[in-house]
Amino acid sequence: MRTGYKLRTRFRALADHTATAVAVLSTLLVVTPLVVIFGYLIFRGFSSLNLAFFTKVPVPVGETGGGMANAIVGSAVLLGLASVIGVPLGIGGGIYLAEFGRGTKMAYAIRFTADVLNGVPSIVMGLAAFSLVVLPQGHFSAVAGGVALGIMMVPTICRTTEEMLLMVPHAVREAALGLGVPNWRSVLSITVKTASPGIITGCMLAFARVAGETAPLLFTALGNQFWSTNLNEPIAALPLQIYVYALSPYDDWHRLAWAGALVLIVLIVFAVSLVRYVTSRGVLKGTS
Amino acid sequence: MSQPEPSRPAGKNGSDASKDSPSAVRKFLLSRGNSAVADRSFQYLMSLCAFSIFGIVVLIFVELIGRSQMAWNEFHFRFFYKTFVDTTTHTVQFWDPVNSHFSALPFIYGTLVSSFLALALAVPLAIGVAVFLTEMCPGLLRGPLAFLTELLAAIPSIVYGLWAMYVLVPLLREHVNPFLVASLGWTGLFNDDNPTGLGFVAAAIILAIMILPIISSLTREVMTAVPHSQREAVLALGATRWEMIRMGVLRNARIGIVGAIILGLGRALGETMAVTMVIGNSPEIHRSLLSNGSSMAAVIANEFAEATSDMHRSALIEIGLALFIVTVIVNAMARLLVWAVTRGAPADAH
Repeated sequence: MRTGYKLRTRFRALADHTATAVAVLSTLLVVTPLVVIFGYLIFRGFSSLNLAFFTKVPVPVGETGGGMANAIVGSAVLLGLASVIGVPLGIGGGIYLAEFGRGTKMAYAIRFTADVLNGVPSIVMGLAAFSLVVLPQGHFSAVAGGVALGIMMVPTICRTTEEMLLMVPHAVREAALGLGVPNWRSVLSITVKTASPGIITGCMLAFARVAGETAPLLFTALGNQFWSTNLNEPIAALPLQIYVYALSPYDDWHRLAWAGALVLIVLIVFAVSLVRYVTSRGVLKGTS
Repeated sequence: MSQPEPSRPAGKNGSDASKDSPSAVRKFLLSRGNSAVADRSFQYLMSLCAFSIFGIVVLIFVELIGRSQMAWNEFHFRFFYKTFVDTTTHTVQFWDPVNSHFSALPFIYGTLVSSFLALALAVPLAIGVAVFLTEMCPGLLRGPLAFLTELLAAIPSIVYGLWAMYVLVPLLREHVNPFLVASLGWTGLFNDDNPTGLGFVAAAIILAIMILPIISSLTREVMTAVPHSQREAVLALGATRWEMIRMGVLRNARIGIVGAIILGLGRALGETMAVTMVIGNSPEIHRSLLSNGSSMAAVIANEFAEATSDMHRSALIEIGLALFIVTVIVNAMARLLVWAVTRGAPADAH
């Protein structure tokens, strides 16, 4: 299609070649540094990672060694709390958008609000959680951090759930309804179940995203140098610990920060590849 | 509902009802049957989940307004533009929590300068990448490059910040900043008075790297939504490939591209961790882009946990409220523009 035309003037040919060169060049200019950054992060992370990172708690200043075991557990606790808020609300909202609100003005409004909420800076979520939970309680706590992260998960999960549900063919729903299954049962056991691999990976992606969030935890979960799983006390989190260690003047702590960054990156790579796998060659494709 | 509601048999008697008009028995069974109640409550429950998204926005708004009341009552709109002159040193001051001087001006300045500088760096490159990926790229490369873009958009900002602190800033300090001072120092925008390498330039570069994947992937989406017939029509008139891209694609997608750029701006305005780590964190206004500064998100991240007084905290929350309102407006505008282009068009038009 693009080969049948003739170049009529030298200028136009030149402009065409220049534009192609510029586009290729800018792609190279963008991709090369990004690959370099990525490679560097992986290199630094791997060279600093060891078993102690996963099994030990931080040591006081001056001693070498130590790890981030408490931060990893703390992040897991925070994610657990966040998913208690984020997952049901997000999936429920997605079901409404895909099954009940399709084409209505209300659904457009909700979709729009979700997209806008997705773009609200995470530090603002932290402020909201601070004034919702920390101020009434009177102290920093894991619960406050969980609320901040949970609020952030809702719009992401809502939109991915809707997308995945929309991929389920109508025939599946109609078959269920035709057999006399009540609508709620058909939605939960047929539509949602068919789309469940996609919905689960969508939740995974939301997990991975909020797992790396630092800003909303700065003044909600606060961080903790010691072992703690008490929901009413400040709790350590991996990104917070990376932040503290990155700003510190000690080489040994910098090493731990790089290792922590690698853990976050591996989590992200895993989640993003999973989403791509499910949506592209997908478990869903077999049903259509 | 786009699909017609299929009629549901009510219990065992459902099959006996006539096809055209449901019998009274069936109506009765439907209205009192288990599924009618369950269906309705299920739908209400799901709607409630969906409406919680409105609830979250309203909640954030109300909480932030309530908690920033103190600063608002004290300063009103002067909070965003006033300056103080120190009585002993006679220097201009903006932000001095110890003496209860609060002005958001240096933070607004820092946010705007770093974000727009980042846009200036990122937008041309992002559009170049999008053009390459949609119009020129061999199919083999498209998948991996799209995957890489998606991955880079998802990497946490703390990781970018770590990289910027230990790789980008030394690089700027040793090589780039002296070069900028030597070649562009005469503009007054690049002064050799900050030996750290931190500052607006470092913040803008890391912001540009972070928003590039977002802008380019959205631009790509918008360009893909331009119908193939547009391209074919321009090509049929004898255009070269560049002319086809310029007249057939970019012109049709321009509103959406503007939307993508604004979305990138929204992301840059609210970006916290990476900026906090490299911008230098001093509440001052300098003409030089190499000097230390601060941004709205950075000052909240830095000072909030250790706020010295209620007024300090209230002032920080007011900055947060301003950030919230601005990003909501910016994001809403961007979404409307992107939707205007992609709505209705099939995602895989070619």
